[in-house]
Amino acid sequence: MRELNVKEITEAVARLCQEANYSLPEDVMAALQQALASEQSPIGKQTLEQLIENARMAKAEQLAICQDCGATVVYLEVGQDVHIAGGGLYDAVNEGVRLGYEAGYLRKSMVKQPFSSRVNTKDNTPAIIHTDIVPGDKVKITIVPKGGGSENMSRLFMLTPSKGRQGIIDSVIKAVEEAGSNPCPPIIVGVGIGGTAEKAMELAKKSLLRKVGDHNSDPEVADLEKELFIRINALGIGPQGYGGTVTALGVNIDTFPAHIASMPLAVNLQCHAARHKEAVL
Amino acid sequence: METINIKAPLNETTVEKLRAGDQVLITGVIYTARDAAHKRMVEALDKGEKLPLDLKNQVIYYMGPSPAKPGHAIGSAGPTTSGRMDVYAPRLMAEGLKGMIGKGDRQSPVKDAMKKYKAVYFAAIGGAGALISKTITKADVIAYDDLGAEAIRRLEVKDFPATVINDIYGGDLYQEGKAKYRVSPEKLGLK
Repeated sequence: MRELNVKEITEAVARLCQEANYSLPEDVMAALQQALASEQSPIGKQTLEQLIENARMAKAEQLAICQDCGATVVYLEVGQDVHIAGGGLYDAVNEGVRLGYEAGYLRKSMVKQPFSSRVNTKDNTPAIIHTDIVPGDKVKITIVPKGGGSENMSRLFMLTPSKGRQGIIDSVIKAVEEAGSNPCPPIIVGVGIGGTAEKAMELAKKSLLRKVGDHNSDPEVADLEKELFIRINALGIGPQGYGGTVTALGVNIDTFPAHIASMPLAVNLQCHAARHKEAVL
Repeated sequence: METINIKAPLNETTVEKLRAGDQVLITGVIYTARDAAHKRMVEALDKGEKLPLDLKNQVIYYMGPSPAKPGHAIGSAGPTTSGRMDVYAPRLMAEGLKGMIGKGDRQSPVKDAMKKYKAVYFAAIGGAGALISKTITKADVIAYDDLGAEAIRRLEVKDFPATVINDIYGGDLYQEGKAKYRVSPEKLGLK
């Protein structure tokens, strides 16, 4: 059994929080460039140019791409042959968030009590941590700073099986149309179909980690992704909602088997600042 | 695209000439306030207390910045979603507020209040916080310091870029822009 000290995890999380907030993944930058080439609206084009310039400046000057440095969503894939030593794994992750957000001049956006006093925890903890146990002796850490504006536009539809494919289409379109300009389009649309209520949302959120433009390996799901992409971009919302032909950079769908009575559908929207950063220890 | 240079605080003449879709560069002084500061201001008004600033002709920017790096006036400084301030905005317009900067749709009571009190709603580009920060030359917390990023700040801005979304005549860029580029599923050959 391989031993991994929690200090290494804390250091990695602190570093990843900063890198994720300063620098967009290459596939997202490429998608923004492609959007600029295809956008028909003049104000939409100008908006995309500014988004690209903003991302370049943030990376060059090591500044936060967006002042909303997110709730820190952390995906851990822990190899079953790793022994985490020296302290609690989740304590180590939260300590990394605390150090990274302070050292990186990142905004702390978490409040302790969600429905009344809402006092800021002042260090962006606690992180939202998802853990998978996987084969092997490595630990993979993925940091996703998720902004509140796009997260607020998430939708869960507990559809019945008779609604079928058209029901999925109608509901996703409804979610995107109602979100309008709020989630900072152009957006990436994360969709989870199947499982239970919480499983569907987990699928939707995690699908956002897929590279923009890559499709689900199941041809039927990929086909649905392509159709939704066309339909969403025909809504006319455009960059920042000013009107235009690019509302979405991509549509990512993941599915899971479902109960005979259920067809859960979750939609999790990601703003154009689709930040995430990974490391394997 | 053509831009219009405007000064903040605003005045009635400026507000009257702005139309949905206009792109403006704002120079002067604006104030930040978002969810928590709005709640506190409206609670103060309910109790008959004075606000920490005179809102007459002022512009409020819905924004909570990231911390400033050494040598910078402010950290990243893009807009937050305005809709959350809808329950408070008409009250502040009644106090003289002339401009709001944020992103995202406003509800009818806010748009009605904009017509009634002659106030304009601008959008700044959401997620362009690093770029926008370059147009803010000075930032000082003037009230509600305990709210951290949500405190009220006085900002000095030079050529701050914004787009008029809702004017005082009922114009709405979000609706007009969407209608212009919308293609029906039937035209795409889809159900």
